[in-house]
Amino acid sequence: MGKIVLKSVRKAFGEVDVIPGLDLTIEDGEFVVFVGPSGCGKSTLLRLIAGLEDLTSGTMHIDAREVTSAPPAQRGLAMVFQSYALYPHMSVRKNIAFPLKMAGASPEEQEKKVTAAAKVLNLTNYLDRRPGQLSGGQRQRVAIGRAIVREPSAFLFDEPLSNLDAALRVTMRQEITELHQSLKTTMIYVTHDQVEAMTMADKIVVLNAGRIEQVGSPMELYHKPANTFVAGFIGSPKMNLIGGALAAAEGADQIGIRPEHLGIVTEGGWEGTVGLSEHLGSDTFLKVTTGQAGVLTVRAPGEVMLRHGDKVRLAPMPGKLHRFGKDGVAL
Amino acid sequence: MSTQSTRFAARLMVAPSVLVLLVWMIVPLGLTIWYSFRIFRLLSPERTGWTYRNYTWFFNAPDFWLALVNTLLLVGGVLIITVILGTLIALLIDQPVHGQGALRILVIAPFFVMPPVAASIWENLFMHPQNGLFAALSRGLGYEPILFLEDYPMASVIGIVSWEWLPFATLILLTALQSLSSEQLEAAEMDGAGALNRFRYIILPHMTRAITVVILIQTIFLLGIFGEIFTTTQGGPGSASTTLPYMIFKQAIVAKDIGRAAAGGIIAVILANLVAIVLMRGIGKNLDA
Repeated sequence: MGKIVLKSVRKAFGEVDVIPGLDLTIEDGEFVVFVGPSGCGKSTLLRLIAGLEDLTSGTMHIDAREVTSAPPAQRGLAMVFQSYALYPHMSVRKNIAFPLKMAGASPEEQEKKVTAAAKVLNLTNYLDRRPGQLSGGQRQRVAIGRAIVREPSAFLFDEPLSNLDAALRVTMRQEITELHQSLKTTMIYVTHDQVEAMTMADKIVVLNAGRIEQVGSPMELYHKPANTFVAGFIGSPKMNLIGGALAAAEGADQIGIRPEHLGIVTEGGWEGTVGLSEHLGSDTFLKVTTGQAGVLTVRAPGEVMLRHGDKVRLAPMPGKLHRFGKDGVAL
Repeated sequence: MSTQSTRFAARLMVAPSVLVLLVWMIVPLGLTIWYSFRIFRLLSPERTGWTYRNYTWFFNAPDFWLALVNTLLLVGGVLIITVILGTLIALLIDQPVHGQGALRILVIAPFFVMPPVAASIWENLFMHPQNGLFAALSRGLGYEPILFLEDYPMASVIGIVSWEWLPFATLILLTALQSLSSEQLEAAEMDGAGALNRFRYIILPHMTRAITVVILIQTIFLLGIFGEIFTTTQGGPGSASTTLPYMIFKQAIVAKDIGRAAAGGIIAVILANLVAIVLMRGIGKNLDA
């Protein structure tokens, strides 16, 4: 079980309100991703849940048990740190067994659980090595192993993949998702990478300056961003935001259109000149300077062979336009 | 990267300094060995002939074995006190407090006091049976003042030397402590390790290399402690606080017997090497990465 409820949680460091007040419910078994730009308070929020920071005010419950001021060890949570935080002087076996040892488990039980965890994580051949002798991905798996042997009510991940190279990141992302599917334990995952958020999450919490901008499934956030911040943050490349007369014509302060929802047409639409074109093979990303709508990013099919300086006409696909009011909130 | 020729060039470049250092070491050692087998008393005109009695005199001297034990006691005692207290103080001043910088300078300050000065301060301001602070404290509590240098000479010397070397140990151990990543401690905390277990399983293993360095460096200096004894107890009462270096000093400067002093010096060199071998066998592996 791992239902976590935060009520009007506030965290201040001295004068600075990092999290000015926030309510959040994380259901049992959910994979929740906290995503936001650097300094948005997502890591702080995770550390508050872990108990590594004290709440300035507000309450926190895990499975209806009040844990607002409980020390980290008593919360039944396990955390995987960005730097992995493995114990360098212990072998992989001892690293994974450490929480069991601290909990007073018998050597036989420790051995049994370590062996089981090592099997799940493909670490069986590395149990007697030191962390210093492992690659980044293996260290990551040891850190996860140390977390799973405790059978926590929830896992906390603090940007666990940011120290890995791109290829390994994709593999580990899948492994963590698979782990969640087999364990069915609540997982809270902090990242600044919206791709990780979109691919892994059941529920994404978009944070900005300590406030929750929107909570929802990846597709909800993609299709119905609550405001311009979420609209700009979720989706890659970023959504085009257009103000001025075009927006006013739609009865909004700003309109948004995703690069993949802009079509290249022969007639009508907005005329513009191609500035930059990036050919990825599968896709072509174009930066087009238009008269009416300013600079727009377009995601065109890979066959489109437009070059710098070419004239092009763009039109938004019907029904894919997002409208935002004065304060940036979706209409 | 290194080819045959660059390696040869490198050897050629360091050769002069190696040569100088070798001469630097071999000449005094050779001379000492040479004198240690000579009859050479400054107060006597007969200075010829070879003898092994300089050595046998030491082994038969009633206070030689005491001096040997005292030397080891001094080294061991100071090491134990400075490493344990140094670790505790380092843990303490690693905590975030106001005036941390000033506090650290205060902790390190005793190291800058010259050994004879430190010993004089302790002898006259703290341990003096009439004027000392400790005597005043004892009297205040209604006890007779303790005669530190008369009744517990070796322990007093160990105390003084520990006070001098504690800052060094603290400083090295503090830097080791500061290089421990806070995430490791937080991970241990999440793993359910209490403060004591965190110290035992995370902090202490992290500090072993620094502790090894402290032990090795201090041993080198502690084996030769002389000034503190000379200033306070003069090796006494009797020879209760005589160490090997002090005994050599007495033979060389008081008895003016260069031959015997040289023999004592060679015995000290052998002792230092024995201690070094024991230490490197025991804890030297901690220095490997």
